Amino acid sequence: MKQKQTAMVVSQQEIAPMIYDMWIETDLAKTALPGQFLCVYPKDRSTLLPRPISICEVRQDQAALRIVYRIAGQGTEEFSHYGKGDTVRILGTLGNGFPVEQAAGKKIFLMGGGIGIPPMLQLAKALNKVTAQENIQIIAGYRDCRTFLREDLERYGRVFPATEDGSVGVKGNVLDAVTAEGLDAEVIYACGPMPMLRAIKRYAEERDIPAYISLEEHMACGVGACLGCVVKTKEIDRHSHVHNARICTDGPVFEAREVDI
Amino acid sequence: MNTQTTIAGVTFKNPVMTASGTFGSGMEYSEFVDLNQLGAVVTKGVANVPWPGNPTPRVAEVYGGMLNAIGLQNPGIDVLMERDIPFLKQYDTRIIVNVCGKTVEDYVEVVEKLGDEPAVSMLEINVSCPNVKEGAIAFGQRADALCHITQEIKKHAKQPIIMKLSPNVTDIAEMAKAAESAGADALSLINTLTGMKIDIHKRCFAIANKTGGMSGPAIKPIAVRMVYQAAHAVQIPVIGMGGIATAEDAIEFILAGASAVSIGAMNFVNPYATVEVVRGIEAYMERYHVEKLTDLIGAV
Repeated sequence: MKQKQTAMVVSQQEIAPMIYDMWIETDLAKTALPGQFLCVYPKDRSTLLPRPISICEVRQDQAALRIVYRIAGQGTEEFSHYGKGDTVRILGTLGNGFPVEQAAGKKIFLMGGGIGIPPMLQLAKALNKVTAQENIQIIAGYRDCRTFLREDLERYGRVFPATEDGSVGVKGNVLDAVTAEGLDAEVIYACGPMPMLRAIKRYAEERDIPAYISLEEHMACGVGACLGCVVKTKEIDRHSHVHNARICTDGPVFEAREVDI
Repeated sequence: MNTQTTIAGVTFKNPVMTASGTFGSGMEYSEFVDLNQLGAVVTKGVANVPWPGNPTPRVAEVYGGMLNAIGLQNPGIDVLMERDIPFLKQYDTRIIVNVCGKTVEDYVEVVEKLGDEPAVSMLEINVSCPNVKEGAIAFGQRADALCHITQEIKKHAKQPIIMKLSPNVTDIAEMAKAAESAGADALSLINTLTGMKIDIHKRCFAIANKTGGMSGPAIKPIAVRMVYQAAHAVQIPVIGMGGIATAEDAIEFILAGASAVSIGAMNFVNPYATVEVVRGIEAYMERYHVEKLTDLIGAV
């Protein structure tokens, strides 16, 4: 379901410096899929465009969605001041989401880097339905010891943290953790900064395994009309008839081999 | 109450249209709004062949608006005619196709193909995109070049043509007159204003193209002024656009002389904006006992 609504904030807290954890009451939760995102609109009319934010967790029974985001500018700064009972303007649910069925019975990596970690939570929950929990290896790359969402993730898989400063887990990035821990997988799901996604694309191609990566780009419409958020594709895209796919509607999740990043 | 407006012999049920490039070919927004409620859908600029557009980032936010440099990415006229026009034909709304090109021949090729499609009511000729290096804007910033391309297209077009003017000129009235004298059936303005944004943290341009076209509510006063000047310089109808967010904004343009209005960037902010403007214009007419929309056109 795609709809623009004014929803209610259920709760919000800062879970790491500049990183906020907000629960929103919305019936969009009924159809939300792991890897999909919301467009969140600032109320300040000088900041018009939506902020695309991935869905971290879904509670269908409570009609609630959780988003975890980092303050990156004026819009997200505004959101960080919202509290219980405040309204939040959202458009959702958007994008294709991660193809969970590709993991059926397989050994998996869920790789999240920084603010790419939140969508791994709902994905890990969903993957528990298609493969054994010991197959779900969540590699989470943090800056430092503020390992936000780690406890939530541990309920749905084996978590291997990596930190830039080495304060927790392996010192380095998510692929350093894979090497150091001697891990392997048959399918990869990933979200994080572009250098990390490029490295994961190479890693997956060298091993000939599928990697489903979630991309980010500045967006204007969020619904596939403006062509602002495109990614170069290997083949000619069926909708655009050029080597460009729309991240907001054809993605944000792409099989890494399909995109030129 | 009669909300109809007529442009170059084509009657529209109401004056609310979509601004080219902000509404795709209507498909994406048909999930949000009933396209039957709109005066017209103006499709994204289409060329004779598919265009890949510019590198990303293509969009950036600025105070009260946005910059874009999409670079007229489009699937080409054949796809538009096979996929998008049949989709739009299902609805009771007018179809206006925006045409772009790098050379006069490119434009003519598209215009001739569209001549075989009676469902297309009018053609809007984009000579004002600031984000494509070749052609496009080159035709829209010099009166002689604008005259030339308008005459050439007019020779081949079966439908009435709307010349979409650039605001990035010194004298909009001169450009409006040039297009009129060359045979344009109507004008639309304003396209986006060339702008720039620099990311001071990364010390780079916010848009890969360096410059982008600015749109959104921040440009509205400039657009109203230019629509007023153009409408007073020519006899042909003018379609006004630039930062329209509400019915009140739309009525400003109509009072300034616009026979119709287009909603652009605000579709991104409020996907229901077009239909809300239609309803708001009706409410305004009721409140002020305006019987015919046409009574408001250029009424100041």
